[in-house]
Amino acid sequence: MNPRLLPYLLILPVTLFLGVFFIYPFVLVSQQAFSTGGGFTLDNFRDVVSYWKFPISFKNTMLLAAIVVPLQLVLSLLMATMVSKMEKGRDLVLYVWTIPLGISDLAAGIIWLAIFEQSGFLNSMMSGLGLIDQPVNFLSYQNPLIIFVAIALAEIWRATAIMLVILVAGIGLIPKEYYEAAEVFGASPWKRFTKITLPMLRPSLQTALVLRVVLAFEVFAVVAALGGTLFPVLMGEIYSYQFDLMNNNAAAALALIVLAISIFFTLIILRVLRVPKGATI
Amino acid sequence: MAEIQIKNIAKTFGDYTALHDINLTIADQEFMVLLGASGCGKSTLLRIIAGLETASSGEVWIGGRRIDHLSPKDRGIAMVFQNYAVFPHLTVFENIGFGLRMQKLPNDEVTRRVERTASLMHIEQLLKRYSGELSGGQRQRVAVARALAMEPDVILMDEPLSNLDALLRMEMRAELKGVLAESKTTAIYVTHDQVEAMSMADRISVMYEGNIVQAASPIEVYRNPAAEFVAGFIGNPPMNFLRATPAGDGKWTVAGQNVDGPTSGSSPLQFAIRPEDMRLADSGFSATVKVVEPLGAHLLVTCEVDGTLLRAILDSDLSVNRGDQLTLAPQSDRVRWFDPETTLAVA
Repeated sequence: MNPRLLPYLLILPVTLFLGVFFIYPFVLVSQQAFSTGGGFTLDNFRDVVSYWKFPISFKNTMLLAAIVVPLQLVLSLLMATMVSKMEKGRDLVLYVWTIPLGISDLAAGIIWLAIFEQSGFLNSMMSGLGLIDQPVNFLSYQNPLIIFVAIALAEIWRATAIMLVILVAGIGLIPKEYYEAAEVFGASPWKRFTKITLPMLRPSLQTALVLRVVLAFEVFAVVAALGGTLFPVLMGEIYSYQFDLMNNNAAAALALIVLAISIFFTLIILRVLRVPKGATI
Repeated sequence: MAEIQIKNIAKTFGDYTALHDINLTIADQEFMVLLGASGCGKSTLLRIIAGLETASSGEVWIGGRRIDHLSPKDRGIAMVFQNYAVFPHLTVFENIGFGLRMQKLPNDEVTRRVERTASLMHIEQLLKRYSGELSGGQRQRVAVARALAMEPDVILMDEPLSNLDALLRMEMRAELKGVLAESKTTAIYVTHDQVEAMSMADRISVMYEGNIVQAASPIEVYRNPAAEFVAGFIGNPPMNFLRATPAGDGKWTVAGQNVDGPTSGSSPLQFAIRPEDMRLADSGFSATVKVVEPLGAHLLVTCEVDGTLLRAILDSDLSVNRGDQLTLAPQSDRVRWFDPETTLAVA
């Protein structure tokens, strides 16, 4: 066996797998998006974007990501820093904090629905405490803000842990001696965080943020469970094009738009958090 | 003035006592080396002075000010770490200027001090580079420059040369000594390398199992070790020991020979002599040569005397072979005596 060919032979199976189950369907979806049965056309994109629900679902998706992701970033950094300072019980705390990761997003949505719905825990608790006389319908069209907060809370609860585990691993890789040097040379705990932890965590922050931001654009089940049609998001629109309106071409076009948004933000994150040329972290 | 006083410092980790009641005074601008094998507590002591570790009891004073309750940055110290701890995400310039930036010094002052210390350490051409682009020796220079840029009262060094190769270590040894003498700072230098200690120190504190066994000038530590441990640790090869039994009247029997020794005492002692203080003579210990190592400048001969292995450094012109019988005489004013009970030196 020619040793120069061996690496290529070894990556052949996964390349084939990706080719058959990812690139081929992707090409098909692209074809659908750019045709209406005839030749090449941008009509699908025009239709999708000019539909009245597009601006509102785009706005909702972006707003949710813009609120949820920064909060999760701060929370996960805080939690990761606390966990890495722990000496005992560190693993137990990590396991507990990552439990939501094991729950599907629809199940997570239903859990939070059980809290917020009219006969839910929040209503029974508030009436038990005598704060309200009769159950409140928090998730009705009259309370768009509460719906938004409920969805944001469920998303934060569900998906902070994925960033947390990446950041905990990243912080664990930073040698202790850098912190001691920073301390001796006069860096306060906050300065040590901003001057040592954050810059040296950049590769992990990149991974965590890219993963989380892309997932935020794909938010669907939690929103469906808590907001239903009251809070349209892009993924929900793709679903309804595909299965309610039976318009494969429009669904494909919208899917490509979401892909473009994801790629755009991924590039921004990679650019902002890049490691300077020559620096090794 | 930055005299350092260490008063009754002790440190325990659970059941383990790393330092027992350490007392040490280091004069202003003195170069003090803490020397000992790994696990003797020398790094722990340094880290207590730095404020990276808290002593279980005792006090540390620098320049007449008690500092053991202060945070590291308020102690007037700077430190050079064993693995350099040169920040990989900052340029050499920002590494050297790190402490100055933390003190919020104006930009031009930072630039001035960084450039001055960089040229002192001959790394001015590297200021724009990152640590990953430097060799081990260059990183070491950055770490020293970063400490010097602080213009500290005291500079602490934790085995700073141990990661360099032998040739570079020798070069840096001389350079560091020169730079530190120039900077007029008090220095505490931790090492397990006795050659480094001997060549750099104004004074050496030899540590063993959490105690300072001897604190004295290098030549004093070498010539008059205060304990058997020091005699066996310092010098390469170390001191030779032979069992001595009292023969009365200040005479001691060592390997069948009568030797002048301490005038009092009736229990056996250890006779000790450095390898280079043995001479070929007409009368003395009869030795059977076991190993001959020609080292160029001299001949290192390992021989058996009275059932004990003994090393002698002899002239390289001599022709000595394995199995030869030699008569070796100790240079009488270099003979030292130790009490095997206490392991301490006996006058």
